[in-house]
Amino acid sequence: MNLDSKVPSGPLEDKWSKHLNDIQLVSPNNKRNHDIIVVGTGLAGGSAAASLAELGYNVKSFCIQDSARRAHSIAAQGGINAAKNYPNDGDTIWRLFYDTIKGGDYRSRESNTYRLAQISNEIIDQAVAQGVPFAREYGGLLANRSFGGAQVSRTFYARGQTGQQLLLGAYQSMMRQVHKDKIEMHTRHEMLDLVVIDGKARGIVTRDLVSGEIERWMADAVVLASGGYGNAFYLSTNAKNSNVTAAWRCHKRGAGFANPCYVQIHPTCIPVSGDYQSKLTLMSESLRNDGRVWVPEEKDDDRHPNDIPEDERYYYLEEKYPAFGNLVPRDVASRNAKIVCDEGMGVGPTGRAVYLDFRDAIEREGRQTISEKYGNLFEMYENITGDNPYEEPMRIFPAVHYTMGGLWVDYNLQSNIPGLFVAGEANFSDHGANRLGASALMQGLSDGYFIIPYTVGNYIAQQDFGDVSKDHEAFDEAAANAQGQIDKLFEVDGDRSVVDFHRELGQIMWDKVGISRSEEGLKEAIKQIQELREEFWNNVRVPGEQSNYNKYLEFAGRVADFLELGELMAKDALHRDESAGCHLREEHQSEEGEALRNDEEYSYVAAWEFQGVNGELNEELHKEDLEFDFVELKQRSYK
Amino acid sequence: MADTFTIHLKVWRQAGPNKPGKLVDYTVDNVNSHMSFLEMLDVLNEQIIAKGEEEPIEFDYDCREGICGSCNLMINGRAHGPKAMTCSCQLHMRNYSDGDTITVEPFRAKAFPVIKDLVVDRSAFDRIIESGGYVSVKTGSAPDANSIPVDKSVADTAFDYATCIGCGACVAACPNSSASLFTGAKLAHLNRLPQGEPERKKRTVAMVEQMEEEGFGDCSNYAECEAVCPKGISISAIAEMRRDYMKATFAGEEV
Ligand SMILES: Cc1cc2nc3c(=O)[nH]c(=O)nc-3n(C[C@H](O)[C@H](O)[C@H](O)COP(=O)(O)OP(=O)(O)OC[C@H]3O[C@@H](n4cnc5c(N)ncnc54)[C@H](O)[C@@H]3O)c2cc1C
Ligand code: SF4
Ligand code: FES
Repeated sequence: MNLDSKVPSGPLEDKWSKHLNDIQLVSPNNKRNHDIIVVGTGLAGGSAAASLAELGYNVKSFCIQDSARRAHSIAAQGGINAAKNYPNDGDTIWRLFYDTIKGGDYRSRESNTYRLAQISNEIIDQAVAQGVPFAREYGGLLANRSFGGAQVSRTFYARGQTGQQLLLGAYQSMMRQVHKDKIEMHTRHEMLDLVVIDGKARGIVTRDLVSGEIERWMADAVVLASGGYGNAFYLSTNAKNSNVTAAWRCHKRGAGFANPCYVQIHPTCIPVSGDYQSKLTLMSESLRNDGRVWVPEEKDDDRHPNDIPEDERYYYLEEKYPAFGNLVPRDVASRNAKIVCDEGMGVGPTGRAVYLDFRDAIEREGRQTISEKYGNLFEMYENITGDNPYEEPMRIFPAVHYTMGGLWVDYNLQSNIPGLFVAGEANFSDHGANRLGASALMQGLSDGYFIIPYTVGNYIAQQDFGDVSKDHEAFDEAAANAQGQIDKLFEVDGDRSVVDFHRELGQIMWDKVGISRSEEGLKEAIKQIQELREEFWNNVRVPGEQSNYNKYLEFAGRVADFLELGELMAKDALHRDESAGCHLREEHQSEEGEALRNDEEYSYVAAWEFQGVNGELNEELHKEDLEFDFVELKQRSYK
Repeated sequence: MADTFTIHLKVWRQAGPNKPGKLVDYTVDNVNSHMSFLEMLDVLNEQIIAKGEEEPIEFDYDCREGICGSCNLMINGRAHGPKAMTCSCQLHMRNYSDGDTITVEPFRAKAFPVIKDLVVDRSAFDRIIESGGYVSVKTGSAPDANSIPVDKSVADTAFDYATCIGCGACVAACPNSSASLFTGAKLAHLNRLPQGEPERKKRTVAMVEQMEEEGFGDCSNYAECEAVCPKGISISAIAEMRRDYMKATFAGEEV
């Protein structure tokens, strides 16, 4: 597998502009002769499709929801970063870059991360021009707030619905191009395979989720923006339909899967309440600007939180990390919540929760101000739990939220399969072992609006596409493959439901590949996942028919893929014998429970090459060494 | 611990767009007051699958956080159920009591054909946006964000309208199946911002006309839409839309 990162030479600040000078262009008249497939209509896919269509390419866009506007990005709450320095608190592109690299525990590529920080400012301009109603100051200028892992206020937000507003901006730009017939929109279509011809990505195979029809689509390049794989854990903050299928099927066609074990656990989610539970709900990290995190000092203290006096409360983040306090990065906050709960100080019916308390903020700023800042989140909390966070502290616990791993890409966001580009959460590139808040939206839009349109053009300009049609045997094979799996799923005709398998997989993942991992646990997980997969293929029950709308059939295909990916996640976690960001190996932590990296041996991207699955998943490990020419690798400290 | 109880359901079952539909009775035991309405349906579906006699009930959802607009249930005749400002996915079973009977139907409207059971086709909404619900700005050509100051109150009001999730409850609740609240919300968002000003007339006329073309009815001020809207979109959006439409068409300018 070729892991040439294609990072341009020269100073960090100039790499992207130099690259833009060097890449080849497709002439305006020629663009209309090229078709590009974009899978996914989230921030990454939506912005890429709109921008490519504006340039003149013919875009075919696909998503599984009934409308592009409903892609999972819609749910992002807290905000999006940019290095505008509007608050005049000393922010710079370098600082945003540095915080992101450090926050990711030095496991991302320097050049990509720097570019992200550079482009961040353009994203805000773009979104404002589209009419995205960001929060404003009384003077009419944009407002900012702070997020975990940073000491400046660089987060732009639209109340607690930033993802929604940004996505609607991208969606509206897409719909404008649909109107101009430059985007052909295919909603309720699921990509089931990638078609590779002469070593290049040339198309995809989809299933029409309404009619069940398997269809073939050809193009000169495929942009995959299909989101993350957090739903491998069953319970997560992801939308229910988020899945790994598109990326996994590309992986099976030869695309490297990088750093699958880097899973972000978000510290502030509403805790699990029962085994019927279908998903977890995030409470935006921005709440930690004003909410104070604490647990009772006494173990098993079952007094009402309002009855616990101040000197019997343990504000563990403020005590342990005075410089960042409640705004420590997510991995640090999650780990510490687990520690206090493991020690018996957890609260609520399950003991797996901590308090997030607004009492002091309400006293200081008034209920009105707090409600303006977080009103919708407070309502959401009350709706779900039945408790009123204005009157008593919220109960929160960490939950799976975001996956930093994904398909391996080079500086052009191209996978190791030429013509297959990967954007947004589906790629591995910018966040290292931990993603700071408000940076996924930034990455999705940076990839889609400002990188993919150039790099895909550069690729297209250099290819000779030859005479290929949808009758090519590679299309036949991919279509037969997609159909074959569906037939196989129905043939099993067992008696355990898909959801049941998914839930069991999720439990294994959470227990052993979750907040902290150990060698022993990971080895057990691998074995258990293999057994569960075996049972799945012997005992799953898929109801209904294939030539009709059938959600459980969709889920069955996705769970089948999670059952393979889960094993790879555990394998990757096992091989990475160090702690890095969200990947905490119990064997490697300081006395205070901080992650201990091993830069000597593990300063690389682990990219896995699929070799087959037969009882066990066979994958070959390839390494892209990470070089840090511009920053010095330091132990992270937020004290 | 949460109490568990029994719920009776009458659920609309329809095998496909051109198939006849009917209400079918189900009983779910072990309903927990912390469950969401959709989780209760998941539990019912697990029961149906375990029995293996019929197909599980199809219904749309994705985020289950009240933001994507996918879920669309008519619950006891009310779009998204009994609670104000709440989507079906955010409705919790603590709002019901042991032994209640609940009728569950899809959002009905001529412009929202049924796909299966409770799943309907709302692509008409996309076509309304397609006709003009955007600001025409090319990627990369935007001026610095702070060069377009917007009065905070204008930005806040624009935001209030921009929060429409496109669920279609307004259409389902309207005796005329009008999409005026949805269309009005997008217009009220974009038309009041300086960025939206240049295309204001063109946008208004195009979207209003597309709405008619899709087979949505006229608005005759029942205000049922506002009552069910999970995002509290105000019907003043409709008044603004009418005003803007009149201005744009009376002006006689080419739009
Ligand atoms: C609750 C929540 C809050 C968040 N808040 C923030 C925040 O405040 N700030 C921040 O920066 N980040 C936040 N994030 C993270 C951020 O929202 C996501 O990482 C980001 O939106 C991912 O965007 P994307 O475009 O890569 O993918 P997605 O938005 O997940 O889009 C994936 C797309 O791919 C399509 N798709 C998937 N599989 C297939 C297939 N097989 N065939 C066809 N189409 C397919 C889907 O239909 C969808 O259109 C949050 C995440 C969650 C869950
Ligand atoms: S206006 Fe309200 S009810 Fe209508 S689509 Fe928008 S959010 Fe739903
Ligand atoms: S499922 Fe997304 S709004 Fe209800």
